[in-house]
Amino acid sequence: MSQITFENVVKRFGSVVAVDNVTLTIGEGEFVALLGPSGCGKTTTLRLIAGLELADQGRILIGDRDVTYLPPAARDVAMVFQDYALYPHMTILDNIGYPLKVRGVSRAERARRVTEVARELQIANLLERRPSQLSGGQQQRASVARAVVHQAVAFLFDEPLSNLDAQLRLEARAFLKHLQNELGVTTVYVTHDQAEAMALADRIVVMRLGKIMQIGTPLEVYRNPANTFVASFIGSPPMNLLSGTALVGQGQFVMDDETVIDMGEVYRRMSRPPLDGQEITLGIRPEHITIHAEPHPHAIPGQLYVVQPMGGETLVNVRVGSKLVTVRLFQDEPPALPDQVWLKPALDASFVYGADGERLS
Amino acid sequence: MNRYRIRTTTSRALLLVFAFIMSAFFALPLLWLLTAPFSTQANLAVKIPETPSLANFEAVFRNKFAIRALFQNNLIIGGGVMVLVASVATLASYGLSRTRVPGRDVLVYILILFSSVVSGTAAMVPLFLLIFNLGLIDTYLGVILVMTGGLLPSGIFIMRDFVDSIPRSYEEAALVAGASSFRMFRDVAFPLVRPGVMVVAIWAFVNAWGAFLIPSVLLRSPEHMPASIAFYSFYTEAGTPNLTLVSAYAFLYTIPVLLLYLIVNWRFGFRFFGGIKS
Amino acid sequence: MERRAIFSAKVGFLFLAPALAFVAVFLLYPFVRVFLLSFTNQTLLGTTAPNPEWVGFDNYRRLFDFDRWMRLGEFGSALKITTQFVIGSALIGQVGLGLLIAWAFYRKKGVLRETVYTLVIMAWIIPETVVAFTWVAFLDRDFGTLNALLDAVGLGQPDWLFKHPLESIILFNSWRGAAFSLLLFSSALETIPPSYIETAEVAGANAWQKFRDIFFPLLRGHILTDLILITLWTFNVFTPFLLTGGGPARRTELVSIYTYRTAFHGQHEFGKGGAIAVVMMLINFALALVYLSLIRRRRVHG
Repeated sequence: MSQITFENVVKRFGSVVAVDNVTLTIGEGEFVALLGPSGCGKTTTLRLIAGLELADQGRILIGDRDVTYLPPAARDVAMVFQDYALYPHMTILDNIGYPLKVRGVSRAERARRVTEVARELQIANLLERRPSQLSGGQQQRASVARAVVHQAVAFLFDEPLSNLDAQLRLEARAFLKHLQNELGVTTVYVTHDQAEAMALADRIVVMRLGKIMQIGTPLEVYRNPANTFVASFIGSPPMNLLSGTALVGQGQFVMDDETVIDMGEVYRRMSRPPLDGQEITLGIRPEHITIHAEPHPHAIPGQLYVVQPMGGETLVNVRVGSKLVTVRLFQDEPPALPDQVWLKPALDASFVYGADGERLS
Repeated sequence: MNRYRIRTTTSRALLLVFAFIMSAFFALPLLWLLTAPFSTQANLAVKIPETPSLANFEAVFRNKFAIRALFQNNLIIGGGVMVLVASVATLASYGLSRTRVPGRDVLVYILILFSSVVSGTAAMVPLFLLIFNLGLIDTYLGVILVMTGGLLPSGIFIMRDFVDSIPRSYEEAALVAGASSFRMFRDVAFPLVRPGVMVVAIWAFVNAWGAFLIPSVLLRSPEHMPASIAFYSFYTEAGTPNLTLVSAYAFLYTIPVLLLYLIVNWRFGFRFFGGIKS
Repeated sequence: MERRAIFSAKVGFLFLAPALAFVAVFLLYPFVRVFLLSFTNQTLLGTTAPNPEWVGFDNYRRLFDFDRWMRLGEFGSALKITTQFVIGSALIGQVGLGLLIAWAFYRKKGVLRETVYTLVIMAWIIPETVVAFTWVAFLDRDFGTLNALLDAVGLGQPDWLFKHPLESIILFNSWRGAAFSLLLFSSALETIPPSYIETAEVAGANAWQKFRDIFFPLLRGHILTDLILITLWTFNVFTPFLLTGGGPARRTELVSIYTYRTAFHGQHEFGKGGAIAVVMMLINFALALVYLSLIRRRRVHG
């Protein structure tokens, strides 16, 4: 168990900067998710910790040890791969025991420790089989077992759930979180699925184009997304982002298609309000909008587009000018709505972002 | 709907006719090899012998020269080429695949083209002098080395497909687990590419087994000659072949190749091995 | 995803070193050596064996002696025969047969396909000496299977190897080498997603339209790769020697056989053999460049 530190780390592939001057500390025993779309540098960051890539600049420390230029074998970390990487020519027993074998642990001791871990992970009955004879979920557990048996200082997970179907994924998610709680090993977890990151991590690192966009607990990044990128990436359905102009004097926001939203006290309460006439983006989560069949004070008109029943909740899409706005209703029964509806945003819960995408508050 | 049915039936019939013609074209020239060895008085006609006999094979086995060519010289040359091509091609394609070599695909493509340019009798002229200067004329080693050099680029080409199909995460998992590069190659990479090694090995063996030009140029003494040349021991002094014995010897000479084909076909499905991305 | 390195360049080089050594000694060195050789009068036997002399372009002058070079058994004639042989057996025979069979059995499984494929592959892998004998038997005027069939339908019994030797070796080589093109094309065809074809079928395309509009454009790269390799291999192939020995009267003397006769028979004229080899390699290079430029042009036009 160790903390992991990145100091100004840069990794380039040709002209592409995959990891762009990243500084980050992952605490001892902490579960950190690296979250972002493909190509954001999250996997490269993980591989830099493992030693599968070497940094071009900066330092990487595991505990107090500078591992920047150490080969993977010397870093004493364990990694679970997206495709599990279980060797088809070895039994599950040999697969799980491979890190021990490489370290010269005797055959009997290996069998003892593998059996112990396998029992905990409920795959003890599969040890004599080959990977191809296991289901996806079982293979996933076996690859986690290979990481656990090793007693490494940190666990690295590279999208370990993305090859499972939806139901198994939820099950495996709970299992992984429980396991990490039990073992308390520092864990870095790469995913592009924001729900997975929210559910699992103590802290989420949101990345984009090699840069860190925001670091925080799941609740922090959800409640206070620092920029439009994080705002659009965290939460499902994503936040509505409306671009337009701030009329600070009138306390209004004019959308690109001239729809006017009355902003009430919002600008006045901000310590760093936008300038009058500045281009801004207004962010409102779908659950912070109410929908009305009749005209309503401070509400904006729109045309009903579709209603999507989701089971426990209902999503309503409304066309406002050229923009589709999503409204989330916590009711299972779809509401009866006319074509012309009125939307009322809860402005207290809205976010204002400047033209550069950074939050103004 | 009816017209569609007629069209599918017609196209099926056409395919049957086509398959029949193709089968005939490719099978007919080989029929002689199935009948002549078993008839006591074979000529060039394909005729099912009335009383099939193995007497020809007995006679062939009495020809010590031809038998040594087949069961000793061919095995030494084929085995040597097989081991060399398979091991060198495996190492090379693995090294190429797992290192950042710029323009690697183009490199292999050019190598194949170059080896196709420097081949055949044209290449034999300088190769003969090279082997002559090395003092390897009339040795198995000379033949094995020249054949290996010629087959290697295609061997790497075939092997590349197998190596590239292995997910890198297997090797990365081994490295993270604490293995060194060479240990990782031994424990993980090599077992995974073994099917490819086998295919390349068999392919190299079959090529060396049937070769005529290289041994006929590089070998001198009768006791070193492989089977492809030992056929001449079944010729009369007037220079005409004893067809019954030639056919029986050809039959024996062909069997290993067919067996290896069956093994490859059964284990891997005989297909085009080698990346064909142009 | 970009290709990730597993090892450092140094370790990678260790893996590559044996292959590089072989390529250097058995491909690059002979290639360079043959140029030097072609300017000498080196022979295997006689006084010029130990001490070859520099003869400048003499060997080339002998090859390109235009008064006689088109006579049978001379270099020009060998080149002409080789050209006919390459066009007939490689470009038309092997590539045509391979494409036709692969296309006919596209997405078909079963005994029919297995039988045809196995027979085509047999013709390719059986040792060359053996197939030479079986073809001598097949083409024999009096007893051969071919003439037995032709006779049965009243087409007579031509003496193939004597009257039509070039046609014979063209037919033979088409038969011998079709497997490579077949295997290349059939695995190339497998890379075409079935949905492409199904879309065309739903749109009402017939077999020819499917071939012209979908297969051909998608397979063009493979066809060019196949053409280039088949052309070079056929240019250098020696197997017809086992069937005809270059005869009768040098009418099937391909350049490869001409080289063999010059360098490894009679006088063993290595110098002249080297000059032939140089010319052949240059022709091969030119052909390779033409094809490569075609492939590149395809890439440019996307």
